[in-house]
Amino acid sequence: MTADPLDDPAGAERPPAVSVHNAQLVYATETLFAGLEFRLESGAITALLGPSGVGKTSLLRLIAGLAQPGEQGRVDCDDRRPIAGRIAYMAQADLLLPWLRVRDNVTAGARLRGETPEQGQAQSLLARVGMAGRGDAMPAMLSGGERQRAALARTLMENRPVVLMDEPFSALDAITRARLQELAVALLRGRTVLLVTHDPLEALRIADRIHVMAGRPATLDRALEIPGRGPRDIASPMLTSLYDDLMGRLSSADVAP
Amino acid sequence: MRLLRPLVIAVGLILLWQGVVWIAQPAPFILPGPGRVAVAWADHHALILANAATTVTEILLGLVIGTGLGATSAMLLAQFRLARLWLLPALVASQAVPVFALAPLLVLWLGYGLASKVAMATLIIYFPVTATLFDGLRRTDPGWLDLAQVMNARPLSVLFRLRLPAALPALASGLRVATAVAPIGAVVGEWVGSGAGLGYLMLHANGRMQIDLLFAALLTLTVIAVALYFAVDAGMRRAIRWQPDTAPGDDPRS
Repeated sequence: MTADPLDDPAGAERPPAVSVHNAQLVYATETLFAGLEFRLESGAITALLGPSGVGKTSLLRLIAGLAQPGEQGRVDCDDRRPIAGRIAYMAQADLLLPWLRVRDNVTAGARLRGETPEQGQAQSLLARVGMAGRGDAMPAMLSGGERQRAALARTLMENRPVVLMDEPFSALDAITRARLQELAVALLRGRTVLLVTHDPLEALRIADRIHVMAGRPATLDRALEIPGRGPRDIASPMLTSLYDDLMGRLSSADVAP
Repeated sequence: MRLLRPLVIAVGLILLWQGVVWIAQPAPFILPGPGRVAVAWADHHALILANAATTVTEILLGLVIGTGLGATSAMLLAQFRLARLWLLPALVASQAVPVFALAPLLVLWLGYGLASKVAMATLIIYFPVTATLFDGLRRTDPGWLDLAQVMNARPLSVLFRLRLPAALPALASGLRVATAVAPIGAVVGEWVGSGAGLGYLMLHANGRMQIDLLFAALLTLTVIAVALYFAVDAGMRRAIRWQPDTAPGDDPRS
């Protein structure tokens, strides 16, 4: 029996801080960003906040090793080991395979690597995301919230020190989104996490640090450090003032050339 | 109702046939009525069934070999650029040659026995299977492929555990077409040269003006073809139960 990845994130090893140097994305003639520097602190949830189409997802994909043509940049870990193989990825679409039961979707990574799936682990992770009784269901039978819960379990099953999330909750209704945010914060604690989002409230609620990405070519401002740990009560006066600050940054970046 | 409907259709077609016979009063050796054909079937059922067994064997072997070769080709095409560059044009060119024109050659090369008919059926099945599966293999959701890449998936696992299952609905379309045309391949092979099979029996009966026997053999072939189609269709539906099945006509809003 291997250690529970939730009590012992990434095998007791300190998760790496990840830096992106000189990131650049050029479409045909348009430069979306160039010379961008970006850093994910070790063990922190970093939110990348910005309007749609600014290049947030492209930056995430660069870190994930899914760079598109015209995109380049160097991705380093502070422990000097390569980042490949140390990432788990969660997209806006749940990407559940419709021909596999939920249980087998959770272990999809092992299947695709040709390893023997650890069924016990999958079962306990399904329980942790509140899907204990749904392991035998087919994805088509699940609600949107359940599908993202299953996707979260699959992400955790990978047990990688770095987790990249691309607007994973944006298609959900407000209540379901709030529940899943709480769940994600609790279960991802201790990993180096990047959360791409266009929702300032989501960023304030769960991130430790927030970067605003805006403009064309896009720039990143200094990280906004949020005191305390997520999930936070968004009605607190501190978050209200931070929200105003963020909105200010977003809108001032918007008018920049 | 699901079982009743084919029965109603069959009875309707037989009544139509009987109606034509009553009205036009054709000579029995031009168009025999259903009754006469039924008697011919009863009289010759051993002969018909023995020949049907041959034809069914040819069709099934052709289906298995054609599907196997077609699926292998499609996966090679999807996996290797070199195969796409060299094999694809050859494949399309091969389809420009009418299989029916090849039938005499195949009989010459492979003899009067089973082999030439299986080859005919295989040839006719190969292309729809290859084309549809290749198409399906290329249309895997890019999101799944991204996820597989981040998960460090093995290339072969991506093909067999991701691209192939995702392409099954496309393959199902190809297999349905293949199943519908497979009997044509076998029967054309039998017409060109053979000593057994329903095609042979029909040709033989035609030569002796046993038109009622010809019709009995033809109807047997039809029943076999329809049964085979529904068996393959049911099998594919089972295999892709996860695929939402919607027809515009079923939409309550339309």
